[in-house]
Amino acid sequence: MAKQLRIIPEKCTGCIQCELACSFVQTGTFQPARSLIRVHLFDDQASYAPYTCFQCDEAWCLTACPVNAITISPAAAKVVVEDLCVGCGLCTIACPFGTVWYNPDTSKATKCDLCAGDPACAKACPTGAIEYVDTPAADWLGPWAEDLNKTYAEIQAGAPQGGAQ
Amino acid sequence: MIGGWTGNVLRVNLSTGAIKKEALREDWAREYVGGRGLGARYLWEEGDPNVDPFSPKNKLLFVTGPLTGTNASCGARYMVVTKGALTGAITTSNSGGHWGPELKFAGYDMIIVEGRATHPVYLWIHNDQVELRSAEHLWGKGVWDTEELIRKESGVPDCIVASIGPAGENLVRFAGIINDLHRAAGRSGVGAVMGSKLLKAIAVRGTGSVRLADARGFMSASWAMKAKLKESAVTAEGLATYGTAVLMNVINEHGAIPTRNHLESVFEKAEDISGETLAETRLVANKACFACTIACGRVSKLPGEAAGKFLVNTHPRNWKIAGEGLEYENAWAMGADCGIGELDALIKANWLCNDFGMDPISFGATLAAAMELYEKEIISNSLTGMPLRFGNAEALVAMAEKTAYREGFGDLLAEGSKRLTARFGHPEFFMGVRGQEFPAYDARAIQGMGLGYATSNRGACHLKSYTVSPEILGIPKKMDPHTTEGKAEITKIFQDITSAVDSTGLCLFLTFGVGLEEMLPQLVAATGVPYTMETLMQAGERIWTLERLWNERAGLGKGSDTLPKRLLEDPIPAGPAKGLVSKLGDMLPEYYRLRGWTEDGEVTAEKRKELGLS
Repeated sequence: MAKQLRIIPEKCTGCIQCELACSFVQTGTFQPARSLIRVHLFDDQASYAPYTCFQCDEAWCLTACPVNAITISPAAAKVVVEDLCVGCGLCTIACPFGTVWYNPDTSKATKCDLCAGDPACAKACPTGAIEYVDTPAADWLGPWAEDLNKTYAEIQAGAPQGGAQ
Repeated sequence: MIGGWTGNVLRVNLSTGAIKKEALREDWAREYVGGRGLGARYLWEEGDPNVDPFSPKNKLLFVTGPLTGTNASCGARYMVVTKGALTGAITTSNSGGHWGPELKFAGYDMIIVEGRATHPVYLWIHNDQVELRSAEHLWGKGVWDTEELIRKESGVPDCIVASIGPAGENLVRFAGIINDLHRAAGRSGVGAVMGSKLLKAIAVRGTGSVRLADARGFMSASWAMKAKLKESAVTAEGLATYGTAVLMNVINEHGAIPTRNHLESVFEKAEDISGETLAETRLVANKACFACTIACGRVSKLPGEAAGKFLVNTHPRNWKIAGEGLEYENAWAMGADCGIGELDALIKANWLCNDFGMDPISFGATLAAAMELYEKEIISNSLTGMPLRFGNAEALVAMAEKTAYREGFGDLLAEGSKRLTARFGHPEFFMGVRGQEFPAYDARAIQGMGLGYATSNRGACHLKSYTVSPEILGIPKKMDPHTTEGKAEITKIFQDITSAVDSTGLCLFLTFGVGLEEMLPQLVAATGVPYTMETLMQAGERIWTLERLWNERAGLGKGSDTLPKRLLEDPIPAGPAKGLVSKLGDMLPEYYRLRGWTEDGEVTAEKRKELGLS
């Protein structure tokens, strides 16, 4: 089992230290627009959710790439090999989570590479909302998905014939 | 260009519609650090201290600091510098959230707003795209709707909006500027100045970066500071667990909580409106500003029945959603100072203040003064429309709305308590300095705060020399709050340190956990300017003195360093501080001496020369 990022949204305060750390790794400056982890601030619901690539097993980005520029690194991250990338953007469309980006400065695709096994975002998080731990792939989405599925099942069970209310 | 800065200043003339990009005065950025200091320097150069705050000639400055937009803990702040609508003095109101950093990422260090538009407009900034857009359709809307509408119509959902609500539009003298729904440059009426210019909002989206002179050095310095903050009882536990409202019980136990317009100093219902009660009953989550590792922000939620209990006509949104608050100051002003112990009423009134764009401290304190007028039968129902008795929670919520819209008696409250009490022939009921209402600490029970209030350049304020820290909390060392010994010295030092911290772009709350010495390495690494403790403290003194000189020109210098008669002559009636009055007269001469000013508080030519203020 490889180490993965596990995100615990309940612990997030929305400070975006993870974005700043990530952008510093990417650019040597502070530039959240270049961060490969993003925090969504749902102020209306007091909910703050960091999200990034969780290195899924199926890896549609990797499958979609026409020039085989996405490979699996020793840290078990799917990484873009910049020398090979032609900047077509197919991977950014293929990713169902929207966590592969196109960098207009380099004209290449860019995504989380787990900082080669020492992710800066996890280190920077002041509340422990981002962990780098041994865990099955996509584990951090597990409880959330389970909860959502349950709610969905409940709604379906209670809904009159013909669809949701 | 020195590190941390983008080097660009945006000058927007609303009268002509001209928008110019200018080079930042690098020499001023060095001498005045940034933020509050830099803003004061620009206003000193360009602003007229004698204009009416609502005149098109008054300038409105939004200024970041060199650390704004960095990952330094709490590097989120921007300063609004202008001639305050409430005070007529120079004011420096600052706010956190994400607006200041976003301005840096868009490529600007500060914005200078001049003139007055012919119709409501908002300023749109998307990196190099800067334009004035019509805000006719936004005029009259609350802050929350304004933010949402601009996000939708611009097609840029990530933009950050700083705006005014109906209070700013209606020139309520204590209207603030709000960003990120609940973060406020709250005091002294900066929102009213913005409203007088018919500027509804400034929306910013930036995708650029903040560069540092010595990135490696900066990262290790910022790590060291974050580690320190994690060790401090206040920044790691107190503020994180209970927010600023952790102070409610603490200050009350010291008998230092001004109650019923400063008639008393112990509030019997403090527990009901404390941070602890808030956390137990209404808190949903902690909220951090940009890059903040403390996260003192509270997000609270009212259940439907509680939200529905206090009716208002304007209904900003579905009250089932969460909103930020309460902060200690707001809970005090609308709570203890008005004798109100109903937490839900305070939460709701606080949300209203945020949505209307109004300072809850001055609003609460002004209502408290009105309540004293009512209780003493100087005003009555025929004028107020409802019984303004101390403790009337319904009146609080109703008056928040009436004040923002200047309806009925709210029109008089909107002028602030100095003008209100003078109008009814009782100026002695005004509890404040230079036209600005006191915050939540009784100057009789905490002597240093009295001196701080009296000499504060922006009028009574807790954020310019927070001697509560040594006098009550024992940080950095414990001082007796009841005596005047050493208070002149600590007040001067705190004022200078605060001026420096306010200018870096960092949040003042850091100082609960770290000293200026610990912030210094970050500033040096970020800017590349070899600041030392000595030069930084001198920069602080320079900033403080420049603000003072500006006020002298505005007629608010010497002679206005005083407190209301109630604090100087009427002893606290009961509680731990019973029998005390403020001994301001014992501290002021020493304070002037330490500042190197004349005996009656005028800045001397020698001092000006020493600080490079000619």
